[in-house]
Amino acid sequence: MPQLTRKGVRIDDSFAEAFPMAGTGLVITAPNRKWALTAAQVMTGYATSVIGCDCEAGVDCELSPKETPDGRPGVRVLAFGFSPKAVEKALVNRVGQCLLTCPGTAVFSTMEGDLKIKVGDSMRQFGDRWQISKALDGKRYWRVPVMDGEFLVEGQVGLVKKCVGGGNLLVMGEDWESTMRATEAAVAAIGEVADAITPFPGGIVRSGSKVGSKYKGMNASTNDAYCPTLKGVTNSALDPDIGCVLEIVIDGLTDAVVADAMRAGIKAIVTIGPKEGAKRIGAGNYGGKLGPFHYHLKDLLP
Amino acid sequence: MKPLLFTLRHAPTQRLDLSPLTPDRLIGRALKETEAIEIGTTEVAIKVGDLFKLRSGDPRALHFEGGSEHFDFLGQKLLPGFSIHVEGDVGFGLARNATGGRITVAGDAGPFAASGMSGGHVAIEGDAGDFLCGPLAGEIAGMSGGRVIVRGNVGARAGDRLRRGVVVIEGDAGADFGARAIAGTIILNGKAEGRIGYLNRRASLVLAHSVDFGPTYVDCGAHNFAFAKLFARALADDSRRAARLLSQRLQRYAGDTAVYGKGEILTPA
Repeated sequence: MPQLTRKGVRIDDSFAEAFPMAGTGLVITAPNRKWALTAAQVMTGYATSVIGCDCEAGVDCELSPKETPDGRPGVRVLAFGFSPKAVEKALVNRVGQCLLTCPGTAVFSTMEGDLKIKVGDSMRQFGDRWQISKALDGKRYWRVPVMDGEFLVEGQVGLVKKCVGGGNLLVMGEDWESTMRATEAAVAAIGEVADAITPFPGGIVRSGSKVGSKYKGMNASTNDAYCPTLKGVTNSALDPDIGCVLEIVIDGLTDAVVADAMRAGIKAIVTIGPKEGAKRIGAGNYGGKLGPFHYHLKDLLP
Repeated sequence: MKPLLFTLRHAPTQRLDLSPLTPDRLIGRALKETEAIEIGTTEVAIKVGDLFKLRSGDPRALHFEGGSEHFDFLGQKLLPGFSIHVEGDVGFGLARNATGGRITVAGDAGPFAASGMSGGHVAIEGDAGDFLCGPLAGEIAGMSGGRVIVRGNVGARAGDRLRRGVVVIEGDAGADFGARAIAGTIILNGKAEGRIGYLNRRASLVLAHSVDFGPTYVDCGAHNFAFAKLFARALADDSRRAARLLSQRLQRYAGDTAVYGKGEILTPA
């Protein structure tokens, strides 16, 4: 594959192929940072990929008490799905099981969006007619009595129809430690980009997949071209000096945000350099025919 | 662009119906046409030009230099995006049935201010009369949305049949504060007298001073309410005193259990 070089890091002349998704977000607040983070972590759990989860979700950023609607510590989370209906179902389930149950939390919408999802309006009935509606500045909130006081939840949450899911970077290095060092730096840099999340564990996925399988009925299987232990026996895409590949998958509210996140990730990897970090950066695609969003690495270089 | 200015020439001798003087009704009118609008309510005809000296300006923002307790129905049916400021007093029915916009009154307001209002922002720097946000006779509900701030005192029956919206009173309230309220939120920084929250169905009455609320209000303990903190943040620009009150740990008295009983009175714990 033709390659460019930045500070000794080889960058494939390739592109990441991403897909349209529906996205939404919440601001979760709690009496202290610990419980805001706990709520966000649980609410975004088991939400790595829509292949097997109901949505892809992650923490966008932490919010100081000055930045939240109720002046308490908060966390902004984003969730993405293939359709508005799918996101709505996932969000309502997750708020009901993870946030209604979490001590001290309150839930607010964080975007106007193209349409509204009924979140508080769907779970107000948990209050068994003791729930109280509060309208403020055109928004409705529900106060649902619970055993630690009240669960405050905004009635409707905004949803953006045209988001982007599946922006990605393949980070390739000599061994696990150096590759992880570069990838973690990239994830941290992407974390600074607003409106984007990296939904996999710690923002990193090690089991990149290809379409199809030798087994009947399996739509996806391990991406053997990028498995370092198969370098000699498969049609490998890896160079001799590559011993580990980690992938970062990025979902964002807009096309530009995903591009910005990838740019920030590449910059962080290049900054560390090939000796301490990754030797090569690639991107995953399906030939460009499946996803309408293409992020060419050569356009995102520092 | 400067606002369209109405300077009062002399104190009116009869009650005035100022409902025609809202921005949406004045846009596109020449000054002479505005001056010809009839605003009298008796057999003695009074036109705008007789009482006000007009200076041209942006009709989306009206400025009244000088007011009177005879200024009735000012800002009636005001629409979103428009504003009215009165440097003086106003009379009966300020912002009556307004659906949006902003009204600021530097002086006092008469009875039934914000009656039937469904949206918008009304700020009264002085006192307000009886039935603040209340319905007129025969109407089912009072104010059904928007925000009202009164810096001074209010008369009797403030928040009568309040349906929705937020009312902040920084001064004292007259008799039967929050009586018959259907829903909504009223915050009172001063003192109240009489039957507070009498027949309140679902409204939240937040009072800075606790008194005996009678046997139909039931103590539910002291709590930190997330909703109160949300309201404190939202009201901080309008009333720091209200925001401070809402930021506190609050004692909840549920009631009025003589009726629906889903309402509450909240006071600092």
